[in-house]
Amino acid sequence: MDRRAFLQGLALPCLAARAADPDARYTVEARYYEKLPYKKIKCKLCPRECVIDDRERGYCGVRENRGGTYYSLVHSRVCAAHVDPIEKKPLFHFLPGTVAFSLATAGCNVNCKMCQNWDISQFRPEQVASNYLPPRDVTGVARQYRCPSIAYTYSEPVVFCEYVLDCAEAGRAAGVKSVVISGGYIQEEPLKELCRRVDAIKIDLKAYSEKYYKEVVNGELKPVLKALATIRKQGTWSEIVYLVVPTLNDSDEEFRGLARWVKTELGVEVPVHFSRFHPEYLLKNLPPTPLATLERAKAICDAEGLHYVYIGNVPGHPAESTVCPKCRRVVVERAGFTVQAMHLDGGKCRFCHQPVPGVWDGALRV
Amino acid sequence: MLRNGPKPGFTRRDLLRAGLAGPLAARAAPEKSKVVIARDASLRGAGGSADSGRVLKLLDRAVQSFYASDSPLDAWKKVARPGEVVGLKVNCLSGRGAATSTVLVDALCERLQQAGIRQQDIVIWDRLNSDLESAGFRVTSRKDRVRCVGNDASGYDTDLAVYGSAGSLLSNTLAKTCDAVINLPVLKDHGIVGVTLALKNLFGAIHNPNKYHTNAGDPYVADVNMFPAIRRKVRLTICDGITAQYEGGPSYMPQWSWPYNGLIVARDPVALDQTGWQILERKRAEKGMKPLRALNREPVYIATAADARHRLGTNDPNLIDVVEV
Repeated sequence: MDRRAFLQGLALPCLAARAADPDARYTVEARYYEKLPYKKIKCKLCPRECVIDDRERGYCGVRENRGGTYYSLVHSRVCAAHVDPIEKKPLFHFLPGTVAFSLATAGCNVNCKMCQNWDISQFRPEQVASNYLPPRDVTGVARQYRCPSIAYTYSEPVVFCEYVLDCAEAGRAAGVKSVVISGGYIQEEPLKELCRRVDAIKIDLKAYSEKYYKEVVNGELKPVLKALATIRKQGTWSEIVYLVVPTLNDSDEEFRGLARWVKTELGVEVPVHFSRFHPEYLLKNLPPTPLATLERAKAICDAEGLHYVYIGNVPGHPAESTVCPKCRRVVVERAGFTVQAMHLDGGKCRFCHQPVPGVWDGALRV
Repeated sequence: MLRNGPKPGFTRRDLLRAGLAGPLAARAAPEKSKVVIARDASLRGAGGSADSGRVLKLLDRAVQSFYASDSPLDAWKKVARPGEVVGLKVNCLSGRGAATSTVLVDALCERLQQAGIRQQDIVIWDRLNSDLESAGFRVTSRKDRVRCVGNDASGYDTDLAVYGSAGSLLSNTLAKTCDAVINLPVLKDHGIVGVTLALKNLFGAIHNPNKYHTNAGDPYVADVNMFPAIRRKVRLTICDGITAQYEGGPSYMPQWSWPYNGLIVARDPVALDQTGWQILERKRAEKGMKPLRALNREPVYIATAADARHRLGTNDPNLIDVVEV
């Protein structure tokens, strides 16, 4: 779907709604917060736990205290929407070869210096052009464009979690799955609720050091690791992406530490993607990640025993494909975001019958 | 904005003289940053609200003292020249009660016009139209009168300003419309960053202030004030202490407000913040409250703004010349 078609499809409902109250339709009471004296509130959505005065917003910029009640200002307020290959998220073990109706609202609860989408993630909702897209319409658009899943992505779905939960519920009722693409900086209660409603979560693990999280992400590593473990315990399919930024998070020690933590806490079957960084936003002074660095990261994780280690943002690289950990043959062959061949039957390697974990039922048959 | 920076209205000769004399003088004794505190115990009328005539006189007294001028108009002519567009950066987030006083802004507009600034060249601005209205300002973009506009209406520049840990878009009002800015914060407490005075009020010029409150605003407040347009255009700060607040800010909390009945004027925002912070700390102590340090919200960004990397002014009490009038 191109931008024009998307806008045309929404034009009439948008105009009708605008005639009433332009912002009220996006505003719902937030789910996770605590009321404090003097009309203050404490947000309980992410580990930051912003304490917010009346008329103020939290770090994310999309949740506002109005007279002691906390509101999300981004329900159904979509500022980006596209139909993307699921491989672009990337989710490699979730319905490969299919497309996801992908959407975002403004806002984010961290401020990564290398953010590729800072022009929406680091803005308040009223500062970016948005369209009204209630959950039932999200499902409708997904079905219209034959997307078996809805992806909440581009910015940070944690900050628009009320909308995610409502869309996921509407989608599930209509047979459309939901996937969350997140930094994983979220408290346990809302995360468990997300796990109950969605079908897969991809976590951007920005680094394996608190220093990086503090200096580059403006967040913390520990809660993200905890979130990854929680997702795994809840049984929701998860994959990890690690954006390798030259000189900042590309040491052997970090790669090894990450691999050992994943192996111990999550298991060797959780896919890990090492993605190439491109200079953007506040990190324009660094070069793109050398391919050798990505291959070094993969080699270290392979040696530590992780089964599914990929290289991303390098179209055509052999490490885009899924290899059976037992017979070492390619079972999902990819080129860029395209699946070229699938050699899985019922989630098992066609050659040696080794189970390959993931969500395969509904994947494109190639 | 630098405390040794040239004033508007200077000639080439003045500049050379200052350039030559500056280093020599600096070797002898560092130049002090002047901070004028003007107060009037009878500022308020019978109803308790500030009397407009007395506020005008208080403003005159403060600005004349600051510029050592014989008349208010001479003083204002040192701030801006006819033909320049002058922005008045008010602080309205908390609505009437803890916002920049409309009476003060009216007095300022009157004097600026008398000093030759056309009314259509005066722009009252803050983040949101709704904030301005809630503080009692009348939003208007008519070009035949003093304008009053929120950043949400005027929009933001498209170029990302970057310094240190801060990266932001600046409001069009600051970046494009105004030649000069008079900063008009309120003397008050801030529940996260300690105090919100001259430096912090410039958060109202950027699109993403919510990102910069962590770690009690350090170093973000200082970094934002390093953006070239802010450094270049903010020419004077007049801190509104008609009603001040020592706890519970930035929201208006009448139980922690008091009639300070004063204005604090400076060109050095760091010296002003240091001075204002100490006024609030003294009031807290008087009321039996803990110092901000004990509450993990000491405004350390003030010291950062003074450090060798920022040099936005001085926080050294020995280098601040506080003049009370």
